[in-house]
Amino acid sequence: MTAKTRTLKVGALARVEGEGGLLVRVTRGKVTDVRLHIFEPPRLFEAFLRGRDYAEAPDLTARICGICPVAYQMSAVHALEAALGVTVSPEVRALRRLLYCGEWIESHALHIFMLHAPDFLGYEDVIGMAKDHGALVRQALEIKKVGNDLMTTLAGREIHPINVRVGGFYRAPDRRELAPFVDRLERARDIAAAAVRWTSALPMPAFEQPYEFVALRHPDEYPLNEGRLVSSRGLDITPSEFEAHFTEEHVQHSNALQGSLRGRGAYLVGPLARYSLNFDRLPPVAQDAARAAGLEPICRNPFQGIVVRAVELLFTCEEAIRLVRTYEPPARPFVQATPRASTGAACTEAPRGFLYHRYTLDDQGAILEARIVPPTAQNQKSVEHDLQVFVEQHLDLPQAELTRRCEQAIRNYDPCISCATHFLDLRVERE
Amino acid sequence: MGRTRKPKLAVWKFASCDGCQLSLLDCEDELLDVVGAVEIAYFPEATRVSSRGPYDLSLVEGSITTLDDIRRIATIRKASKRLVTIGACATAGGIQALRNFKDVHEFVAAVYARPDYIDTLDRSLPIAHYVPVDFELRGCPINKYQLLELLSALLAGRRPSFPEHSVCIECKRRGAVCVMVAQGTPCLGPITHAGCGAICPAFARGCYGCYGPMETPNTASLGERWTALGVPPAAQARALRTFNAWAEPFRAAADAAAAAGKDRQP
Repeated sequence: MTAKTRTLKVGALARVEGEGGLLVRVTRGKVTDVRLHIFEPPRLFEAFLRGRDYAEAPDLTARICGICPVAYQMSAVHALEAALGVTVSPEVRALRRLLYCGEWIESHALHIFMLHAPDFLGYEDVIGMAKDHGALVRQALEIKKVGNDLMTTLAGREIHPINVRVGGFYRAPDRRELAPFVDRLERARDIAAAAVRWTSALPMPAFEQPYEFVALRHPDEYPLNEGRLVSSRGLDITPSEFEAHFTEEHVQHSNALQGSLRGRGAYLVGPLARYSLNFDRLPPVAQDAARAAGLEPICRNPFQGIVVRAVELLFTCEEAIRLVRTYEPPARPFVQATPRASTGAACTEAPRGFLYHRYTLDDQGAILEARIVPPTAQNQKSVEHDLQVFVEQHLDLPQAELTRRCEQAIRNYDPCISCATHFLDLRVERE
Repeated sequence: MGRTRKPKLAVWKFASCDGCQLSLLDCEDELLDVVGAVEIAYFPEATRVSSRGPYDLSLVEGSITTLDDIRRIATIRKASKRLVTIGACATAGGIQALRNFKDVHEFVAAVYARPDYIDTLDRSLPIAHYVPVDFELRGCPINKYQLLELLSALLAGRRPSFPEHSVCIECKRRGAVCVMVAQGTPCLGPITHAGCGAICPAFARGCYGCYGPMETPNTASLGERWTALGVPPAAQARALRTFNAWAEPFRAAADAAAAAGKDRQP
């Protein structure tokens, strides 16, 4: 190599949610700088949540992200119910799980087929891909629509649903409204099973990384709304202990704070982490599909995230079928909460990784302090680390190809940059 | 037959949640037809392709919150034959306009460890504050069927047809029970622009105004009704200060309610 400095630059990343860019600097064959720029402007949610009534939090925080509003609503209601000592009925719990399945189906289908697959096949976008793979793209749209329709039926609309409240739902659907979904979800399950096979046959770079995985783990379910926060290196805590173990730092090139595990640094959240920590909690149909596709129960290759997402897509279809079949409308759609001075925290699994919310309330139920840690913030360090290793391994590639591969490596994470610019800092001033 | 050039469509993003532009990708049944009828010239959420202007139609999501945004929207306006704002952020400043009522520097300090790294304006303002806008699609989020109507109309060279009445009319049409009359639930439907299909009343809750103010809303009358239902002035102000807080009729009514609340404090 010459002493020349080589720079890879992507001004605005495409096929991600929100605004980010990439800068990689290579000097004498060594990567000397990697920066995932996040220039999505800050929207300052934690600041304006102060003084709002607790009941407003699910609708307000949903607006952090149009791609995963249900994740924000779920983390908000669970954190606030922890604060207020509210326990929901088993029927409401099941209905929330079904709503979350709708969001996972929509979000995973969008990412697998429309945002990530074009990278593996060398297209600029799904439009180009549709010309050669029309049937596949139509199936992708079909399964995506099932997820969206499930959210619309349960909660009014797919983006910023209106039916979620602290204590449950404003209105619970009756059995007749949900019954028609069984047939559609069965077809979606077939599409998802085919997607596991199809994604596993994509050209896959060999790129295993020694991540510390962090995800929720529940005694007998694949995690969505509940569980302990566990890691592949022995962390095992309740979500309310999150802030004692994780920290964030503010770097100049990012409007998102970077998450880090105290004393250990970078960690990974999202499908790879969830799958690797919870393989035994997947239903047999999803485990079998994963094995048949050549996936081990632990997956350390972020490029294979597309296959793991397809396995999770299959799981969510299967789970949604079970939930629709066994659905019993709750006697009351919600439990009325009583305001009290309190603090509550919760984590739920957004499609791209777990999402932490904490709220402190006064005795009237007004929010004194809010803290939100989204998945993309937590993964930022791992993304930058992946890029450093990946670029050093592929310096022989031409510039355009290497840049394209770097973009693909970022899209492995399904980054949601809109989500990532909101956070969090322990230093919150009280009025 | 001569081949006509497909109209060039660009989708731009400012401060927002990405939900309104996602609405286009959520048109699962129509998406392939839409991309067949137009040339997607710029839409980073969906494609790496990036073609230069001029653009026949620019859809703009998000509000203006940085100095660079002001320069960027001016460039986009120059390059666009038609510019349509989509959603509450672009048409009214969005939820991030709640900073407009407070000290933004204190807000930044509350969220970020190094406020000096953050570049942001004091106010989050709608696109129309900076450049002329040809059409506005309301809502947080927009209704995807309204987006399709907009695209079809512009492709056909006609004016899009959208209702301009309040949510109440949509509520009656859908046969929903009035939650305010029947259950005494506070509802912003009478002063809120139609477009959502009155989904909140259909789910047994009051409208929370995510489509913003209708033309000439009678906010004072609704305020009296809410007061009669026992909603304190401070709560009325909060109800109006959400996703369309900076839209003039909501802003004025919220300011009045907030002032009334202060008067009553001991």
